[in-house]
Amino acid sequence: MAILDILTLPDERLKQPSVAVVHFDQALQAFIDALDETRRAGPAAVGIAAPQVGRHQRIVIIDCSGRPKTVNHGHLVLINPEITHWEGFEIGREGCLSVPDYTGNVIRATRLQLKAQDPEGGPLEFVMEGFEARAVQHELDHLDGLLFVDRVVSRRTDLYRRRVYKKGGAAN
Amino acid sequence: MTDWNIVTLVGQDRPGIVARVTRVLYEAGCTLGEASMIRLGGSFTILLMVSGSRPNAELEAALAPVAAELGLRVHLDPVQGGLHQHLVPNIQVRVTGADRTGIVAEVTQCLADQGFNILDLESDVVGNARAPVYIMNIQGTCARTLEDLEQALAGLTTRGISVDVSPIELMIG
Repeated sequence: MAILDILTLPDERLKQPSVAVVHFDQALQAFIDALDETRRAGPAAVGIAAPQVGRHQRIVIIDCSGRPKTVNHGHLVLINPEITHWEGFEIGREGCLSVPDYTGNVIRATRLQLKAQDPEGGPLEFVMEGFEARAVQHELDHLDGLLFVDRVVSRRTDLYRRRVYKKGGAAN
Repeated sequence: MTDWNIVTLVGQDRPGIVARVTRVLYEAGCTLGEASMIRLGGSFTILLMVSGSRPNAELEAALAPVAAELGLRVHLDPVQGGLHQHLVPNIQVRVTGADRTGIVAEVTQCLADQGFNILDLESDVVGNARAPVYIMNIQGTCARTLEDLEQALAGLTTRGISVDVSPIELMIG
């Protein structure tokens, strides 16, 4: 049982960007297993990113398989993920293991293309939409030191600026 | 020890109200909890959770000078704290229509009949005095299906208002 400690707001380490994974070895796989165990041990979370446990490498895990009504690719381990195309936008409600007891509205792209590597270093490519696309954008934000609270829009106004995502996931 | 109050404050909107009031509360040794502060019409309104070891009469006395100066009506009501227990809404209801009396009562009665618990309701009267338009956004929790709610609210759309019911899907990442 390797449940890691999850960093929570206002831990400064959550703002630190993560670096690319270079070595695809047994140690990486062991960490991935611990990260996933940590995700499953907490309140229902469909995603987790390595920096949330203080490890600043570009590793995320998402698993939207529990939501059969939404199109998704099931359990995914994404190493060095990068959004290569995005379109559409919509507001949705998000929460985060690193921000307990708070949920807020966030604008995300509704459809995207993603490339990444698997734990063996092999190439991965996906087209994602809706809920799964939201989850992956949320996790990629963690890799760039961003929390969803940095993006929350007021639910009062319904006015929202269009967010433009740079390649690699950081928004300007 | 539960010694929370909700401070209710209403007055003509002007800059500086929040700064002055919260300064008084800070200097009285109070802790602030959750708050909702918003301009309604030309008034500024504050609902603010306040905790402190001072008796209510002392807090009211401390607020009295700034209230008098800025023309604010203030009162305190003791409440249970209940912090860190946020409920998450699963349904959003949007209502738009030509403004007429009865919209809020009809919509919310309909929702109440479905066991809907309103967590957040905001409404605006927009347009102009000759042709006002009412826009209301409600978020809350309900165990009924979306279809049940839509059906329950369907009767209202024939009376000059449009109602949209959407799920609020929470993504925890």
